[in-house]
This record gives sequence, C-alpha cells and structure tokens, in this order.
Amino acid sequence: MKKSTKVKVRRGILYGTLILIFAILVIAADWPTIQKAFFNPEIAAEMFPEVITVAAKNTIIYTALAFTFGLILALILALMKRSDIKPYKWIATTYIELFRGLPALVTIILVGFGLPIAMGVRIPGGTLGKGTVGLGIVVAAYMAETIRAGIEAVPRGQMEAARSLGMSKGAATRSIVLPQAFRIIIPPLTNELVILIKDTSLLFVLGTTIATKELTKFGRDFMNDTFNGTPLIVIALMYLIITLPMTRFVAQLEKRAARAR
Amino acid sequence: MDKTVPPIQILELHKSFGDLEVLRGIDFQVNAGEVVCVIGPSGSGKSTLLRCVNLLEIPTSGKVLVEGIDLTDPETDVDAVRARIGMVFQQFNLFPHLTVSRNLTIAQRKVLNRSEDEANETAHKVLERVGMLDKVDEYPINLSGGQMQRVAIARSLSMDPDMMLFDEPTSALDPELVGEVLDVMRKLAEDGMTMMVVTHEMGFARQVGDRVVFMDEGVVVEDGPPDEVLLNPQHERTKKFLEAVLQQ
Repeated sequence: MKKSTKVKVRRGILYGTLILIFAILVIAADWPTIQKAFFNPEIAAEMFPEVITVAAKNTIIYTALAFTFGLILALILALMKRSDIKPYKWIATTYIELFRGLPALVTIILVGFGLPIAMGVRIPGGTLGKGTVGLGIVVAAYMAETIRAGIEAVPRGQMEAARSLGMSKGAATRSIVLPQAFRIIIPPLTNELVILIKDTSLLFVLGTTIATKELTKFGRDFMNDTFNGTPLIVIALMYLIITLPMTRFVAQLEKRAARAR
Repeated sequence: MDKTVPPIQILELHKSFGDLEVLRGIDFQVNAGEVVCVIGPSGSGKSTLLRCVNLLEIPTSGKVLVEGIDLTDPETDVDAVRARIGMVFQQFNLFPHLTVSRNLTIAQRKVLNRSEDEANETAHKVLERVGMLDKVDEYPINLSGGQMQRVAIARSLSMDPDMMLFDEPTSALDPELVGEVLDVMRKLAEDGMTMMVVTHEMGFARQVGDRVVFMDEGVVVEDGPPDEVLLNPQHERTKKFLEAVLQQ
C-alpha cells in the first residue's frame, strides 16, 4: 500500500470510530429524561433574576475583593522575597510554600472558624470579609511567585539606567521595573483570576444567607429544592459567561506576544 | 565648579567578582572638559572601571572621587552624584513602556523635581541637539538602534550632567548606524563635555579623544595622547592589541 493511502485509511478509521460512538450515544440515551432533568426551561426561568442579581453578583464581588487584597499582599511578598534582608526573604518563602501547599478549603476554614474558635479573632464583614481574607491569602501565595518572575524578567539594564539617572531604588522599582513586570505577567495573572472566580465556590463552607450566596451555593440549593439538575446547567453557563471572555483575552495577548517576538 | 578638582579621580581601585580580580589597582583621572577613550581587549576590565565611576559596580577597595566627593564613603548620597553623571549603555536601556518624551522627563521630574513644562522644554531642547525631535511621541520599539542610542544620549543630557560615561555605545549597532551616534558624541565633545568613553572605535578615539587609555588584565598599561598611544605604543601588549584590531 502506498504511504499516502495508508494515511487516508487511518484517518478514515479514526473518523468512523468517532461517528460510531456518537451514534450509539444518541440512540442509547434517554433524551426526554435528560432534557427534563437538566434542561427544564420552567425551572431555569424560576432562577432569574436572582441568579444574576444575587448569585453572579456575589461571585464577582468575592472575586474582585479577594483579587485586590491578594494582589497587594502578593506584591509585598514578591518584594520581600527579593529583599537583601534575609529574614524578610525567609518569611515570604515560608508563606508562599505554606499556602500553596495547603488546600484552599483548609485556609478558608482556618480564617472563618479556626481563628474565631481558637483565638477569638473575628474578621469583620461576615462571609464577605472572611471570604476575601481567606481566598486572598491563598491567591497571594500564587501571585507572589508570578510577580517575582515578572520582576526578574525585566532586563537588569532597566534598573541600572534608572539608577544612573539618579533615581532611588524605590523610585526605579515603582516607575520603571514594576510597570514592565506587570505588562509581562498580565496573561498569568488573568489565569489566576479565572481560577479565583471558580474558587469562590469554596466559600459555601463559611455558611451563607440568601443574600450572600454565590453561584455554586445558589445553584446547589436550587437543585435541592427542585430535585432537578437544571440549576447546575444554568450556573455552569453563568461561570462560562464570566470566564470565557477572560481566557479569550489571555489567548489574544499570548498570540500578540508570540508575534512580537 | 572648581576647576582644580578633577571630575573623575580613581585611586588604587580594586574590584573582584568572587575569586576573579577584574581590576587590580587602577589610578586614573579625567580632567574637566577632557575626552578620555578607554580601549583594550574584552575582559580587560574597562567596562567594570567605567561602571565603578557611578557605583553601578561597588569597588572591593580603593576610592572613587567624583568632583572631589568620595563615592565609596557610605555617608555619600550616591543618587545625588549619579544625577550629575550621564551614562550611555551598550544596550541603550531605554524604558520601553514610555514614549521618547517620557523617557527624557521621568528622571527630571522625580530626581530634579522639575515641573512638567520645564522637563518637556529641556527634553525638546536636547532631542533637537541629537536630531531626534521628530520622534518625541514614538515608543522606543519603533526606533532604529542608532536612533535609540541618540535618544539614550539625550535622556542623559536632559539631566544637565557635568560629565558623561559611554559604555561601548556603538558595539550593539549595525555598522551603517555607528556614524550617526559617533557624530552626536563628537558634537558633545566639541561643546566641551567631560567624557569617558569605553570604545572599540579607534578612529573616534584618535580624532576626538584628548587621551587614550589602554587597559589589559585589570591594569592601565598605557595612558597618553591618542597619537602616542595608538601610533607609537611603548608596551608590547598595546602593540599586539592594536595589530589585532587593525587586521580586522
């Protein structure tokens, strides 16, 4: 057999297998039951407008606050990790290794229940406050490493040029190095934001009221009330509506960066 | 400025990187208005010497005096002295996230506390001097290597420095772009700027330099007027180096 014929045959077999599997699924599946269990328009309609005005809104608020808190903490940790003063470096390294190593859920429970029960320390602001701090602590550990890598990716000559003009180390870091570092790390930072959006679903452990439910808790409670899977599909779509533009944005940036190279 | 105090004075300077001693006792001085070209094979320590002048490298021992101020004294405000020393790098080191105009104004604003208008006015003046005024709103990435280096020179000039250091300013340039940068440097020299230039451009050293310093293996081997050092070298090492360079 000729080589080109061989390739054609192999592709034909692969396509054929795929079509066969689809056909079996379509014939074997109980479509009316699936539709009733997961794509029930009445139940979906019942979720509106709260799924947007409460649940999606809360998810976005938790994400935004935890990201802001985490970013500030991460910047401090990244600068500490690059400090000449050894203890600062050790503290930052320990923090990063610790909170990257723990499950996010453990950190959230620690902040939400561990501190109040064991030490009487209460983070103000209810679920919002505890959630922001708990998730922020976790995401800061990841972002600190990203920011540090970004700073180190800025050529050393940039700092030298700024210093040679008489700028102090602090001024040079702020107005020359960091702006370039952040430009470099927008794609990985956006990825971490997307992961954070999904991790807000962990905040259910803090206990929620009707007003503080985020998407996952909202969907799960709706599912329990209706004995139907449709709420999960609806919140899944909500997550995608929020995250897809971001992941697309990152893909665009990476494509542009690849072209510039 | 007191004319009797030399802008750059280096006394018994040593610099080591780990076990490697790059500078082994340098005594050297640049007088006001002088153009001193430092030549030598790569690894001879000439760039390290230049970088010690504004303390981008910290000397292991010895003294670096700029306008009589001891930079190796821990009490010295190094940033304030650096602001008076312009430095031009081989790799230009323009700030890529800022326009040409912002490249020139950022240090004026932050270090000299000039107003925005004042900083812009100075920026325009020095860009005109290097022939780059038409690119004032461009980002560095849109410039050629020669244009970038001219902007880098303008960035240093915008701080009204008392002296300029050049670290192989044309070595990263395509051959056809070397001339425009050397022209700018020649004009600077004619205007009386005190300059210390680490270079491989022997023609420039000969025509523009008041003195040529030949370095090898971390010491100054020869130091004198260009014609003497370049045409009638006294030391074997200088002769060898010049022969090798001229053969290219």
